[in-house]
Amino acid sequence: MQHRRTTRRATIAAAALTATLALAGCGSSGSSEDADTITVAYQRTSQFTQLDDVLNKAKQEYEAANEGKTVELMPIEAEQDQYFTKLALMNRSADTAPDVIYEDSFQVRSDAAAGYLAPIDEYLGEWEDWELFDDTAKQAGLGDDGSQYGVSMGTDTRAIYYNKNIFQQAGLPTDWQPKTWDEVLEAARAVKAAVPDVVPLNVYASKAGGEQTSMQGFEMLMYGTGDTLYDTDSQKWVTGSQGFTDSLGFYESVYGEGLGPQLDQVLDATWGSRVSTEEIPQGNVAMAIDGSWLPGQWITGENAWPEWEQTIGFAPMPTQEGQAPGATSMSGGWLLSVGANAADPQSAFDFISVALNKENALKYNTENSQIAVREDVASDPAYLDYNPSFEFFSSLVPVTNFRPATPDYSQISGNIQTAVESVVTGTSPADAAAAYDEGLVAIVGEDNTQAAS
Amino acid sequence: MSDSAVIDSPASRGAGSSPAPRGSRQRQGSTRTAVRLLPLVPAIALMAVFLAGPIGYALYGSLTDAALSGYRAVNPNFVGADNYTRLFASGDFWQSVWLTLLFVVASAVIGQNALGMAVALLLRNGPQRLGSLVSALVVTAWVMPEIVAAFALYAFFSTDGTLNALLGAGFGWAGLGGTTWLISFQMFAVILANIWRGTAFSMMVYNAALAEVPPEIMESAQIDGATGLQRFFRITLPMVRRAIATNMMLTTLQTLGVFTLIWVMTGGGPGTQSSTLPVLAFQQAFKFAQVGYGTAIAVVTIAVGAVFALVYVRVLKPEVD
Repeated sequence: MQHRRTTRRATIAAAALTATLALAGCGSSGSSEDADTITVAYQRTSQFTQLDDVLNKAKQEYEAANEGKTVELMPIEAEQDQYFTKLALMNRSADTAPDVIYEDSFQVRSDAAAGYLAPIDEYLGEWEDWELFDDTAKQAGLGDDGSQYGVSMGTDTRAIYYNKNIFQQAGLPTDWQPKTWDEVLEAARAVKAAVPDVVPLNVYASKAGGEQTSMQGFEMLMYGTGDTLYDTDSQKWVTGSQGFTDSLGFYESVYGEGLGPQLDQVLDATWGSRVSTEEIPQGNVAMAIDGSWLPGQWITGENAWPEWEQTIGFAPMPTQEGQAPGATSMSGGWLLSVGANAADPQSAFDFISVALNKENALKYNTENSQIAVREDVASDPAYLDYNPSFEFFSSLVPVTNFRPATPDYSQISGNIQTAVESVVTGTSPADAAAAYDEGLVAIVGEDNTQAAS
Repeated sequence: MSDSAVIDSPASRGAGSSPAPRGSRQRQGSTRTAVRLLPLVPAIALMAVFLAGPIGYALYGSLTDAALSGYRAVNPNFVGADNYTRLFASGDFWQSVWLTLLFVVASAVIGQNALGMAVALLLRNGPQRLGSLVSALVVTAWVMPEIVAAFALYAFFSTDGTLNALLGAGFGWAGLGGTTWLISFQMFAVILANIWRGTAFSMMVYNAALAEVPPEIMESAQIDGATGLQRFFRITLPMVRRAIATNMMLTTLQTLGVFTLIWVMTGGGPGTQSSTLPVLAFQQAFKFAQVGYGTAIAVVTIAVGAVFALVYVRVLKPEVD
């Protein structure tokens, strides 16, 4: 009897064990944590193929120079907002974490704090090209602990694009340079009256648009009001500022008076790419506040639009009342970082140094209309002559602003997008600003905020 | 299963064959119970790992301030019920609860159930050809993967989509054809979409249930002079009550979890005006990177589902015949 019971118990135990083993089997994936393979995660969309080109070129060069090493490119096909989510999810497990990451500068501090990125100071020290990178590029890769977490690929600025043909029809000057927000709105009203079929002014306003809503949209206004989102001296976030409500008020004017795109257009996640590849080239948008990289896709590639040089004019984004310095801009940019779980960080960094050597940086900075951060590229005639818009967008560097680089920024940026979308869908700017303040306190805590003076 | 198989079952054989000494009977009984439970072990293990495990982990996660990136991604703090206090104080959350109830009641409880029953009745009583044509069309919507159905419906309702093209061609003179369905009538659009997609399931369940109603009862009712409506409400409905309860429960819980359809069609917008609980949870967890807070919303969704299930079990008493 005793014997039989033991057998039965053993049978139960065996069955349970089998089940557990079968389940455990589901968990272990076949990811190759192989030191000779470098996985590279980056963004690719139908409009954004320039990075894909450069990385493919670098892959060939690196593999040719390093016998036995393989570079596995893992493009993530998603609009920017979903790219961040997918990347964060990949980074949460060592099995799926990539070795080289295409990283937005505003995510660096946050991802470094989360332990997704590896510090690269020791490799940079041995890379002679590092001295050629300018100071803003070196700032962009800094983590909270003062280590470098990425190599900058280039930077950008933002301004107003306007269609000279539409401006002519509306009786506006084709060398238009607005001095205040009101002049921008006046021009939009003139376009609406004279050319009713076009969108007078595109300014991004949706949560689905992600960071483009915060940076090309709201912050281009906010940083021209004299107020700020984040006080860098006291290191506290600002609540209840007049500038915040006024910036939302600008949105209320644009969307309330029908000077912007229709809601079904602007709330669509693909609106950003449609603006640059369809709406502006087809002459459906009179003015657009957008980034300096747009002409890159008009020069070559599937969305080439050779007439842009004659059609498009550029104007710096004015400050609210024309206060000093008269114009404003925002700068960001992307980096290549080494993943914290890289099996061989030295190889991962070596691949980055190939992808961003002079030749490849020149290729990327020209084709994707980036403002070069390598001195040797920035002064190269091949760079300067490539794109006539470089001169204008580089001239904005003295007035440009950077986003608050704190680990919380990405969440606060989402909060800004919520505020903007609620205003364009009917909430009053004051209520939306109050909701933003409430969300802000919930994210960073009461102690890290201060009331606007 | 045949009768002999029942007699041969281990339980009856064990009881009859080996007469054990009196003293060890009890012990043997408990051993026997253990052996009988043996086949359940894999199922229980699977449930524990894939059902109870994730729910338990979600409960724990909802008590932390875990984030997608930043310091709190590596070292989330235990914050007690903070997420829930924040949630219950948030206007977005209550709006989302209301939208979820509206969505579930309008599209599952009323729409899919009533329409599914109507189509099932048509299949049984209507002209044969019409019945098979309608059921083929209805099942097409069900066969499509959710993401495909969602894109099809997006293309149908979007401002330059099929619906507006049809309206513009037919009723252009009345000013129709330029309606922004997904912006101005966002809940209406997603509710219609979910009815369109889910009706086939109810139809199939009801079609099977109606086939089980004995024709002689219907005949005798007819002879007693009951009208068609009376027969339906007093005989058919009570007889298929259990199928209704099961179907209500399944469609409700399924609709409560609908995410893809709404996400593709409206993204939960404009603003948060079509954000049901699953959409809100996704946005908070993955867009605003607040995994802990998003998990708390998911836990509330589980609770709402449990409440619905309890109500159905109590009200419709499927086990009483």
